[in-house]
This record gives sequence, C-alpha cells and structure tokens, in this order.
Amino acid sequence: MSIISRGFRGRRRDDGGRVPPGQYLADDFPVLSAGPTPRVPLDRWEFAIDTEAEQTHRWSWEEFMALPAETPTVDIHCVTKWSKLDTTWEGVSLDVLFEDVETAAEYALVYSYGGYTTNLPLEDLLDGKAWIVHRFDGEELEPRHGGPARLIVPHLYFWKSAKWVRGIRLLNEDWPGFWETAGYHNYGDPWREQRYEGD
Amino acid sequence: MRRLAWRPAELVHAAAETETARTLRLRVPDWPGHLAGQHVDVRLTAEDGYTAQRSYSVAGPADGDLIELTVETVQDGEVSPYLTEEMRVGDQVEIRGPVGGWFVWRPESRAPVLLVGGGSGIVPLMAMIRTRRQAGSRVPFRLLYSVRDPGRRYYAEELRRPEPGLDVSYLYTRSAPEGLSRPARRIMLDDLAEGGWPASFEPDCYVCGPTGFVEAAADLLLALGHAPERIRTERFGPTGG
Repeated sequence: MSIISRGFRGRRRDDGGRVPPGQYLADDFPVLSAGPTPRVPLDRWEFAIDTEAEQTHRWSWEEFMALPAETPTVDIHCVTKWSKLDTTWEGVSLDVLFEDVETAAEYALVYSYGGYTTNLPLEDLLDGKAWIVHRFDGEELEPRHGGPARLIVPHLYFWKSAKWVRGIRLLNEDWPGFWETAGYHNYGDPWREQRYEGD
Repeated sequence: MRRLAWRPAELVHAAAETETARTLRLRVPDWPGHLAGQHVDVRLTAEDGYTAQRSYSVAGPADGDLIELTVETVQDGEVSPYLTEEMRVGDQVEIRGPVGGWFVWRPESRAPVLLVGGGSGIVPLMAMIRTRRQAGSRVPFRLLYSVRDPGRRYYAEELRRPEPGLDVSYLYTRSAPEGLSRPARRIMLDDLAEGGWPASFEPDCYVCGPTGFVEAAADLLLALGHAPERIRTERFGPTGG
C-alpha cells in the first residue's frame, strides 16, 4: 500500500508518454559531474577504440571532424529526475566509428578526460543508438556539458553518456564504471527506473 | 542484490531556516544510517496515485530513526513547495536511500577539509560539519559559504557558535553586512587563497552549489594548484525542485 502525502496534488503535464516514471521535464540544462571540468585543447584531443585484442583505432580532432556527421534529435533522461525532450546534437554515429573495428567483445568501458568511466553492453552503442557529439542546439558543446566532445546514449540514464569522452575499451567481461561502483545501477534503463544497484 | 526500499517517513518537526528554506526532521523506521554528504530520494503520492520524486541532501548524521533535510523552495516547483509550505507534523512521505558514495566525508579521514558552499549547497557540507562534531574529530575544517545576503544564511545560529578547528567565512554576493572589508561579489581567487588551505596541505575539497558557482570555485581551486582528484563537486541545477 502506498503512502499518501496529505495535501499533495502535484503538477501533471501531458508529455505524450515520453517522460519515464519518476522523471520531470526540465526547461534548462542542469549539469552534474563529480569533479572539476576538464579542459582539453583540440590539438591534444583524441578519441580511441581499443579492442579486446589490443588493437587501437585512433582519431585526432581533424580526423574526427572529417567523418560523416548526423544531427540526432533525442529525449534525454538524467537519474537525478530531470528529462529534456527533443534535444538536438551534432556528431558522429558510433556505427561510423566502429566500421573498421573487428571485435567479438560484448562489453564496452567508456573512459573520459578527467578519469570518469562508465560501462555498457557494446550492443547499446551500435545500430543508431549512440553518438560522439561536439555540438548541442547548434552551438559548440560547452566544457561544462562535456565539450569538446561527449558520448550520448539517449535510451539509458544520462550518466552513461560520458562527458569529455576519450575512448572506449572493449572487454569480454563487464567492468563497472565510476557511478556503477558507487551504488548506481549497472545498466540504467530509465523506463524500468533502474536508478540504483538492485533496482 | 536487494532493492533499495521506499520507507514511509513522518514529519516530526519543522522549522523555517530562512524565508525560503525549511528544515524538516523526519522519522524513518529502520533507517540504516548514512554518511555525511549522501542524499535521499523523496517520493510524494497524491490521493489519486500520482507521484513525484526528487533528491535532497541530508543535513546531518542520523540520530537513530531521525534524519534531517533542509529544502529550498523552488519557485514554480512541484515537490519543494509541498515540503516547505504545505507539509505539517504528522504528514507522511516516502524516503529511499541513502544514495551516493562519492561526495562524502568519513570521520576516520585525516586530511584537512575545505568546504565551499553556494546557497543551498551548504546542506551536505553541514552534514560533514555535524558529523565531525559528533565523532569528536579534530581534523581542521574551513567553510567558505557564499550567499546572496545575510538573510539567506542557513544554520546561522549554529555556525556562529565557536567550534575548535572549524573556520567559517561568508562570501556575500549581493549585499554584505556593514563593516566587512570584502565587498559583495562573486567568489574569486583571493577568497579561496585566503579562506582555504594551501594546495601543499593536500586538503580534501568539497564544492557544492548551483552549477555556475561550482564551475567557478572548482576552476579557481585548480588554478591554486589543488589536484583535480581532491576536488569533489556536487552541482544543483536550478530545477532541482
């Protein structure tokens, strides 16, 4: 039996079923991260995919910018309860980055400038589900939002969308990342409210 | 893995902290305890079953089944106005937690501590100050607390009482009381250089507040030579309601 909070009515909005349970719509763009914002000069930026066979695929900023870009418009959901609908980004699909990558690995550990990590099954990065983006809403991605480039994986809670992304390590075994070792759910599906360990 | 349970919580005491903030003491049967700096999720349910939930930092150590939250009213918010204006002693919400194992201070820690709080970002830092006191820790603490004006200070009485090993400095951003040499302005390098610890002391720095404040303070700490891994941040979006 659920506990009623006397006198609480709440503010209901018709979101057309696009807001997962426990989330509310934010009009601005809140920022959450665990430490200071790293600042990465573009001439020293690189993105790498390391396979389980220790083959490394690398892109400099110039090489990354020369790849075919997409401008996905997606809904995003943060575990701290805010959701934002119809956010528009510009960047490169992970399908493009994985084109020449030979792997049988099932897991990916994403790592960032500044030391952040997050894990997810590799299949959650492929087939049009994830991008490395460098623009938000037509503007260059600000450092506080993960610029120069961040991952976005809109179908999972936003902590999986690593800011200041630096690379992806492919692994045969799952390896929990920063928040996943700090009590948050290993997978993080917002529609199933997988917020914390055990949810 | 056991799911973190929602527990019924009953308001046993409430007091205005400022004109826009209220401190709530809640009784949560079987509360497992928490660390200073952790937060809880609060869930409200309307009579027709509609629910809304938000996260709030805990303001102090657990006292048996009692936990304390300080909530700032977010204008046009959905949950905070209920907690700060509507909720009366005896009313119930549900609580789940504690959550968060990163932005925490443990009494067994020996490093000096710098707390940098902006506005309602003082709440988890106050939990650290109170936990230090409760544990009888002698680790030196410094608190830099940025607020718009003196009326916005949380825990003003408690922080006025002298406490060995705790230095408190206020950084007013809009209007400062007369007689202060520091003019009202946003946090600057001097504030952290004078009110903080030298980087060579290797203090643990905890920065909490609205995004712009945390960005500025964390950047200044980096400029003063503090190692990034010693700077822990917690950012409150203005929609944290």
